[in-house]
Amino acid sequence: MTAAEFLPMLGRRALEVMRGLGHSAFFFVELLKNVPSALKRFFLVIAQVHAIGNYSLVIIAASGLAVGFVLALQGYYTLSRYGAAESLGLLVALSLVRELGPVVTGLLFAGRAGTSLTAEIGLMKAGEQLAAMEMMAVDPKSRVLAPRFVAGIISMPLLAAIFSAVGITGGYVVGVLMIGIDPGAFWSQMQSGVDVWDDVGNGIIKSVVFGVACTFVALYQGYEAEATPEGVAQATTRTVVISSLAVLGLDFVLTALMFSTPR
Amino acid sequence: MGRKATETLVGVFVLLGMIAVVFLALKAANLASFSTGPTYALTAKFDNIGGLKVRAPVKSAGVTVGRVTAIALDPQSFQGLVTIELDSRVQFPADTSAKILTSGLLGDQYIGLEPGGADKNLAGGDQIKMTQSAVVLENLIGQFLYNKAAEGGDKK
Repeated sequence: MTAAEFLPMLGRRALEVMRGLGHSAFFFVELLKNVPSALKRFFLVIAQVHAIGNYSLVIIAASGLAVGFVLALQGYYTLSRYGAAESLGLLVALSLVRELGPVVTGLLFAGRAGTSLTAEIGLMKAGEQLAAMEMMAVDPKSRVLAPRFVAGIISMPLLAAIFSAVGITGGYVVGVLMIGIDPGAFWSQMQSGVDVWDDVGNGIIKSVVFGVACTFVALYQGYEAEATPEGVAQATTRTVVISSLAVLGLDFVLTALMFSTPR
Repeated sequence: MGRKATETLVGVFVLLGMIAVVFLALKAANLASFSTGPTYALTAKFDNIGGLKVRAPVKSAGVTVGRVTAIALDPQSFQGLVTIELDSRVQFPADTSAKILTSGLLGDQYIGLEPGGADKNLAGGDQIKMTQSAVVLENLIGQFLYNKAAEGGDKK
């Protein structure tokens, strides 16, 4: 490839990326504008919380339990070398509340709820249901997209909190019931090291941010999907890839902002 | 599924989420032990605060009675100026001394208060006069080596 071909291609790619970013930013603003109308018809939001939140409950709880088990086993292996096995509760709780709870829930949320949102809206578009709504002077953004957006933002922190709570219980089962750490030390070390606002509160803030990011990506991809079976399939794939990367990237930024100074 | 059934299931989900948050706040974190009662502030100057951090506990006889709220360097004396907030229910005599101690061998550092015998009590904004700095391991080792070297010199 010569420089004469390469430069225009680079420029075209850059412009495409910028156009995409600008387009999604406008979409985001439109979505935010439609949030009040969704809050007015709250039963639509409730139906979506049911679809997004309730159905994700089992996979979130199961993953939380598994992560708690593994954290306790692996943490005990390392901590017992330094004679600090009593700190296991602190290790499990801090890892879950600060990082793993919001992040793993965000990734699972992208896979479990984000894909179904994208596929649903993409198929609505492919079946011209969205166009039909517009014909009836019903704005699909306020009738279809906004309730799902609000429902995602409500569901995500609740799911993350459930994940962390179940994970800590899993850590308790392995650490105290199986390995035999003193339960008093397990809980008291945890309570002395985990702060309500700095750790639990920031974890919840993180999960709200991830909820906004994942739901937005899923809705945008669905709404902008090409109206063919292939287009919907590609959009669903992009939802998972983009939301997962967004969760991981945002998590790094948020962790740097929240926890960079050790207390 | 009717709207009522959906709403009930969502209610169950939200309730579970709230139980999880309460569990994290009360059982995993320390919300229950938070004292929201009135406090008063004291200051103390230390030659070296070691690894003391903001929000470290202030203990008397091992019981937590307050927290460190601010740490700064006093520009005049070049000492560490530590501000602590104590529970108003606990009053300390004016000649109380403050030490920076370590919980366990490698644990976090905290401030230990040892009450004196004065009649008057410390009031808000007062300064604790008698302080003892944190033990810095390097200084300790340096002193040890110096003493050893001095012993060796005596023998010759």
